[in-house]
Amino acid sequence: MARHLASHVAQLAATLLVATAAIFLLLRVLPGDPAVVALGIEASPEALAAWRAEHGTDGPLVAQYLHWVGGLLTGDLGTSYVTSQELTPLVADRVQVTGILVLLGMLIALVVAVPLGTLAAVWHRNAGGVTLSAVSQVGVAVPNFLVGVLLVSLFAVRLGWLPSGGWTAPVDGLGEFWRHVLLPAVALGSVQAAIITRYVRSAVLEIMREDFLRTARAKGLTFTGALVRHGLRNAGVPIVTVVGVQIASMLIGAVVIERVFAVPGLGSLLLDSVGNRDLLAVQSVVAVLVVLVVLLNFLVDLAYTLLDPRLRRAA
Amino acid sequence: MQILTGRRALGAVVVLTSAALLTACSAGSSSGEAPGEGRTDAVVGLTGEPTNLDFTTTSGSAIPQLLMNNVYEGLVTIDQEGEVQPQLAESWEINGDRTVYTFTLHDGVTFSDGSAFTADDVVSSIGRVQDDWTLSLKAKMDVVESVEAVSDTEVAVTLAHPSNAWLFDMGTSVGAMFPDDLSVDLATEAVGTGPYTVEEVATGEHVTLAARDDYWGEAPALTEVTVRYFADANAQANAVRAGDVDMAYNMQAPDLISGLEQDEDLQVIDGTSTGEVLLSLNNARPPFDDLNVRRAVMYAIDRQAVLDTAWAGHGQLIGSMVPPTDPYYQDLTDSYPYDPDRARELLAEAGAENLSITFDVPTRPYAEAVAQVVVSQLKDVGIDAKIVPAEFPAVWLDKVFTEHDYEMSVILHTEARDMLTIFGDPDYYIGYDNPRLAQVAEQADEGSPDQYVAGMQEVARMIVDDAASDPLFLFPNTVVADAALAGIAANATTESMDLTGLRWSDS
Repeated sequence: MARHLASHVAQLAATLLVATAAIFLLLRVLPGDPAVVALGIEASPEALAAWRAEHGTDGPLVAQYLHWVGGLLTGDLGTSYVTSQELTPLVADRVQVTGILVLLGMLIALVVAVPLGTLAAVWHRNAGGVTLSAVSQVGVAVPNFLVGVLLVSLFAVRLGWLPSGGWTAPVDGLGEFWRHVLLPAVALGSVQAAIITRYVRSAVLEIMREDFLRTARAKGLTFTGALVRHGLRNAGVPIVTVVGVQIASMLIGAVVIERVFAVPGLGSLLLDSVGNRDLLAVQSVVAVLVVLVVLLNFLVDLAYTLLDPRLRRAA
Repeated sequence: MQILTGRRALGAVVVLTSAALLTACSAGSSSGEAPGEGRTDAVVGLTGEPTNLDFTTTSGSAIPQLLMNNVYEGLVTIDQEGEVQPQLAESWEINGDRTVYTFTLHDGVTFSDGSAFTADDVVSSIGRVQDDWTLSLKAKMDVVESVEAVSDTEVAVTLAHPSNAWLFDMGTSVGAMFPDDLSVDLATEAVGTGPYTVEEVATGEHVTLAARDDYWGEAPALTEVTVRYFADANAQANAVRAGDVDMAYNMQAPDLISGLEQDEDLQVIDGTSTGEVLLSLNNARPPFDDLNVRRAVMYAIDRQAVLDTAWAGHGQLIGSMVPPTDPYYQDLTDSYPYDPDRARELLAEAGAENLSITFDVPTRPYAEAVAQVVVSQLKDVGIDAKIVPAEFPAVWLDKVFTEHDYEMSVILHTEARDMLTIFGDPDYYIGYDNPRLAQVAEQADEGSPDQYVAGMQEVARMIVDDAASDPLFLFPNTVVADAALAGIAANATTESMDLTGLRWSDS
């Protein structure tokens, strides 16, 4: 386990080094002077020069990079070019929002996808299974912003049950939090539900042909009982893999959903910061996303060994 | 543990759940809370969030839009008709040669930090524009030679030469009054004499304004106004339809407005603005350094069709860079009637048939919509315009505005009375160079009010005659609000969004 952990830490370090260098350089190639964007068309040349000196954007690239990475290591992301806010608390705040949204979206997706996918597999020969399969196929093709727009026009605009957007943190009131988080989480989760349904279906189909399931039924378990006790656990490994990959993609998908629902998350921050050429903020958000994805991979790995004892020895 | 007894049971649960959900979706009706009953707060929806609270060093209209008249006040203010009205000054006198303005200030005015507003604050505020402001807007105070506190409530401003534009400018953000001993960081704290203070700033979400209980003038009807910021116009429109905001100000989704107009609970007001959508032609380089080519463009564009197609007819044709709320407005909309044949003739005269140009279009909804129509109309007369998207603001500012590396572009110029800024300086991105213009404009500014109007009208005509660029239409300031909300200042005659008159009509 310790060696496992060490290899993951090394992997995280290497990924971060490559990712930070890449994003740093890419942003420097991007056209548009951050000083002009920050100060606007009415800024005088002296003010622009002063701004560049203050934010160090006129120094050599290597020095700028090292300064930033040095800050990253100590948890200091620096100060936003545009709003002059400390980035560390800002990004931490936004990570929570996006984190809640993504995890809740995934929870909704799993609650829908695991039973539906199982059913689609069990019924794969009859009309019900084919219908489920077709519906999930269509669901995969629907972009999640469209689901978002449809949900808003139905539940917020027509029915007026839920707000059309905005955000309330759980600490500021649980009731309001749920009212605000529900639609974006459903929008984010529904497409994932369709995707995962398909994976669950094929994983369950696979194990339905396995000998151990027949053995379990021979020992007296009902079909459903055997499937729930033995089948789902075995189907778990491929499902966990896809869940890991999908959570990573949801972190990115959240950018669009946050836009539609005016949710102040990581995605909104990223998009605004790119638009404002707030390079430090962009770098910080991307670095945080890289860390999150690598951590996620680690957790998925860990989940394998929990689900399947056979893999513990291999590790 | 065995929960279900067979494949059917498993299926039944799923089917029942789905059915229940579907029924829930199709039932129900919109929540009918009584609008505005006894309310003393309002939520306003906007796009374009301010990055901080300091408009003395950060440009862009978002900050003064939020703060002017609401949090900060000037000696004078600009009313809904574009006229100068007293604000912190109850009156003023102008001497014979119109170079000395003596303002009499209201008594008993305090800043939100509790300090009294006196003539000394006027002296320091104007001085600060000249010394500390870093925006080119500060040039509007260059004409001020000296400011002197005659008494606590009397201040004399001496101008280097008479200026008709100066008093108007005092009603915009450069005329905002700050306390003399300013010890706070203006980026995070706003200390003005206005009826509201900034109670809370939640970046990416909203700014909350709270009414002061020690405001010197008539207290506003609403004790709290929350300004919520949206990333795009659709989210803003949805919020007002859903009743999450009471008023969507400066709506930028014209295709949604007709749907909103059907809604009895909402009112839609097309206010005026100071924003001209300008089809910018680079006068400094071919092919638009040729007057005939520029005029050909003017004849080739059917501006009414552009307005109808791109902005659903919301807005107004102006024919020049002067909005109707300016004192020197004149109707120049007939200068270049839509005449594709005339355009083709002019292009032939210039030897510019089968012209190919690039068209740098900023990534903004209005610009993208306008560009499509313009391209097809230009194609009709033999100009092949190729659209190149320019990310706004970063790339557009860099390439078009700073480097002047473009042939044609389209951009909304929002600043009030900006004709001279845009066309008076040959180094501006338009590259329009007419030495006579500066002369006429200077004489107009120093002349009597009548001479000012006549002179500025002449300037506007010069620019139109030279077809320096094509002002397509005046951008509307469209406001969609709860039908019970009254006192909406829909005309954006300066950058300010005046919230002080808002009230609920049935409260």
